[in-house]
Amino acid sequence: MTRAKVIGAGVAGLCVATELVARGCEVTVFDPSPRPGPHACSWWAGGMLAPFCEGESAEEPVIRLGQEAADWWERQGARVDRRGTVVVTLGRDRRELYRFARRTEGHEPLDADGLAALEPELEGRFDRALHFSGEAHLDPRDALRHLRERLEMAGVAFVAEAGDTDGLTFDCRGLAARDALPDLRGVKGEMALLHQPEIRLERPVRLLHPRYPLYVVPRADGRFMIGATQIESDDRRRRVRSVLELLSAAYALHPAFGEAELVEIGADARPAFPDNLPRLVRRGETIYVNGLFRHGFLLAPALARMAVGVALDGSKPEFWHEDNG
Amino acid sequence: MLRLYGTEIASRLMLGTAQYPSPAALAQAFRRSGAGIATVSVRREAGGEKAGAAFWDLVRDLGVAVLPNTAGCHSVREAVTTARMARELFDTPWIKLEVIGHADTLQPDPFGLVEAARILIEDGFEVFPYTTEDVVLADRLLSAGCEVLMPWGAPIGTGLGLTNIYGLRTLRAQFPDVPMVVDAGLGLPSQAAMAMEMGYDAVLLNTAVAKAGDPAAMADGFARAVEAGRLAFESEPMEPRDMAAPSTPVIGRAFLE
Repeated sequence: MTRAKVIGAGVAGLCVATELVARGCEVTVFDPSPRPGPHACSWWAGGMLAPFCEGESAEEPVIRLGQEAADWWERQGARVDRRGTVVVTLGRDRRELYRFARRTEGHEPLDADGLAALEPELEGRFDRALHFSGEAHLDPRDALRHLRERLEMAGVAFVAEAGDTDGLTFDCRGLAARDALPDLRGVKGEMALLHQPEIRLERPVRLLHPRYPLYVVPRADGRFMIGATQIESDDRRRRVRSVLELLSAAYALHPAFGEAELVEIGADARPAFPDNLPRLVRRGETIYVNGLFRHGFLLAPALARMAVGVALDGSKPEFWHEDNG
Repeated sequence: MLRLYGTEIASRLMLGTAQYPSPAALAQAFRRSGAGIATVSVRREAGGEKAGAAFWDLVRDLGVAVLPNTAGCHSVREAVTTARMARELFDTPWIKLEVIGHADTLQPDPFGLVEAARILIEDGFEVFPYTTEDVVLADRLLSAGCEVLMPWGAPIGTGLGLTNIYGLRTLRAQFPDVPMVVDAGLGLPSQAAMAMEMGYDAVLLNTAVAKAGDPAAMADGFARAVEAGRLAFESEPMEPRDMAAPSTPVIGRAFLE
């Protein structure tokens, strides 16, 4: 039986461990925390599995590989809501919607009635929208907990202290791996968690805005994740201005968000390489899986599959970097 | 060659560094356009001592002169503090001074701009003020010690082009010897070419390139337009006239098509 170590129990590490177990490996995961939590930047994720919307600014591999994600998460037994994404703009920013439609695929236009049929809460607020029916979302915290529990049930040991790194090792430490991957940088994201049971949304809603783009992802029990800033910095402090922008945009989307309970404000730094695409780097017996940027839940399944394929089958997939230095 | 505060700059195109799909796309746009100056906003990316260091290293690695800016500052004090931070970070006396006076149009605050320029110049800065086409304001900025002016084409990020051609012509004519850069509001290369044809010394833009589907190709397009416009300005263009005049004589031709 092949033995493998995984360092880091964020979304990348847990997905790699899951793929390793599926291939019959004996796996040990090293992570300082006894359970998924705020030390991993995937804890703060939106959980949108939205490859087509992301295609507005992301490159082709993100769109293609991201389409595996919803199926993968469902196969692991995670709860995936497949109700698509709705994209709207405020009246004077209508051109943003045209631009977004031009840059993306997999959408159909909605008029006011069409939007009201999908999301009654938004009736009368927007006269046109885009519907990306092939997209999905999940609750990232539930998904992380679920993967970890499944791995534990499958006999995977979770160990707080990283031991020696001899043997096959998958380094999934995110930004903490900057000591080994100097190209890695942090891109700060801030988010808020709101509780407003009076608003009911069935699917993530993206509000396009030239200055303050926003997405709102519905979660269970009247909670909504709103996000997210994208700032070239690895500062992890939550800034007033960012929160003002996020909350103002949410209020513009639906005034009832003004009465929402502010449950949580979070900030973390996403690990990214200069092209904002992920990488698989092999150095000796260690394979680094990193640079998932804002696409952790979207790309981790495909990256995990590829990383495990490298180790067990000797394949040389996309994003593959052999590093003898 | 273009000289700004005594420094020769090979290209008359300047590019901002925000909003690109990735730092790699940003570097590619710079390479393909040959832009001579990179502006960078320090306020938002800062957030502490070394937090934005990775991105700033990427900007330094572009290998072009860096012009830090005070984008997003709404008061004199904020702009001055940001300028001082930028000087530390990039080890340059240059600062593109933005003092925003109106949140919606991002229109410069003329009063705050002059005041901040005066403070910074006294402090040894070489100030590139982001201003309007207003000639009185330009005069005040020059009196404060600015040696370069950066009038807007249109409000930041709108891509509307040159919205007050008369004003920009007047400004250019009033101060023929002051290096002037049309900054902000450009959406298309033709608009940049027009600014250059009018005798502006350079153009600065960001969104038009960063938000294009293919930023590198758009940057290249702008570079060529800037060159075309400059060549036109230098080559003494013809005056428009009402009377048609054929460019080749038609009398005496053997065949008329």
